[in-house]
Amino acid sequence: MLILNNITLERYYEPVFEPVSAQLGAGETLMVTGTNGCGKTTLIRIIAGLLDASSGKMQIPEQAVAYVGHYLGLKDTLTVRENLQFYARFSTTEGDRDITPELERMQILPLADQPARSLSAGQRKRCALARLLFQPDALWLLDEPYANLDADGLSLVDRLLREHKARGSMAVVVSHNRLVPDDLDIKTLEVRAWSDEQ
Amino acid sequence: MNNSFIALLRRDFLMILRNKSEWLQPLFFLVVVVSLFPLGLGPGPTLLARIAPGVIWIAALLASVLSLDQLFRSDYEDGSLEQLMLGNQSLSLLVFAKLLAHWLTTGLPIIALSPLLAVWLNLPMEAFPTLVKSLILGTPVLTLVGGIGAALTVGLRGGGQLLALLVFPLLVPILIFATMGVSAVAGGMEASAHMGLMFAYLIMSLTLAPFACAAALRISIS
Repeated sequence: MLILNNITLERYYEPVFEPVSAQLGAGETLMVTGTNGCGKTTLIRIIAGLLDASSGKMQIPEQAVAYVGHYLGLKDTLTVRENLQFYARFSTTEGDRDITPELERMQILPLADQPARSLSAGQRKRCALARLLFQPDALWLLDEPYANLDADGLSLVDRLLREHKARGSMAVVVSHNRLVPDDLDIKTLEVRAWSDEQ
Repeated sequence: MNNSFIALLRRDFLMILRNKSEWLQPLFFLVVVVSLFPLGLGPGPTLLARIAPGVIWIAALLASVLSLDQLFRSDYEDGSLEQLMLGNQSLSLLVFAKLLAHWLTTGLPIIALSPLLAVWLNLPMEAFPTLVKSLILGTPVLTLVGGIGAALTVGLRGGGQLLALLVFPLLVPILIFATMGVSAVAGGMEASAHMGLMFAYLIMSLTLAPFACAAALRISIS
């Protein structure tokens, strides 16, 4: 269960966005929308625990959190395989294992031995999204997961989200141009930038 | 051992080794600084022997601290740091893995190189073990205390200068104890008191610095 109750964050003595509330149960997906700069990323970083909300109450599920944000957390000097091998070991309790199936799933197997530096933006995104496969039961927090991806990649993300729902896990997706597929249990949350006029 | 700890240590090690300039630069700096002193001060053997502990230690301190600026910066800029903070593992432990990787790739080579530098500067033979001992006790402190500064300045532009300003006062005791100890042995006296104090400083920074670094990183990221 993920509960947000009147969450907001103050910067320079002013809230960034109007207080938001939402409730998310097993298998549900929270779709966060809003205009540019309204605080969507800030909100998802609060849920991830990277920022502390300045007011409101939040209850996050006990499972781990998997977060794919704007900065993808890939090391340029390491190869795709080395990058993901690190996360596979980092986020699970098992030791080293073969991550070829995950690479294949994200269709980045041919790039496995290339340094991350040489990848295109879309390929980097696929690499970062591959991390989700290591944490199937986690609460997924995806900040613009569809950005930079080709048509193939877009449907890949949709499939990942569907499987995630089928497992009964929760996801929070920030997106402003492309909506998540209808067959998910979607709740929408619109974030509005704070204005003094009210 | 903790899985994430090992994964992070291994990744950092691999990255540092792959990026040769990162670990060769501090060593190169150390060698250049130490070898310039005889040229600037004149090659009088007694003078060099007298200043040897100080020169080697100052060069080691600068080499170590100047390389620390990069410690958390790339993780901060590419989003890896956020990923480290998400997990349920303690951030201090992960920070410790990073500090350990840094020490293994800068502190340890400095220690290995120090006898050679001591020969160049004509340090009396009997002071060699004390010099090495002081570096073994002191270089981890440089990394640990310097790490706090690196964590505090990671989000700032031009944080390098600020890092030096923040950290040098904290490292002065180490420099004083180390050089006094080595000089004492070179002059035929005992250095156990100095080494004892350095050991105490090492224990203190080992227990406190990872927590301070983790707290500073949390501030930097928000």
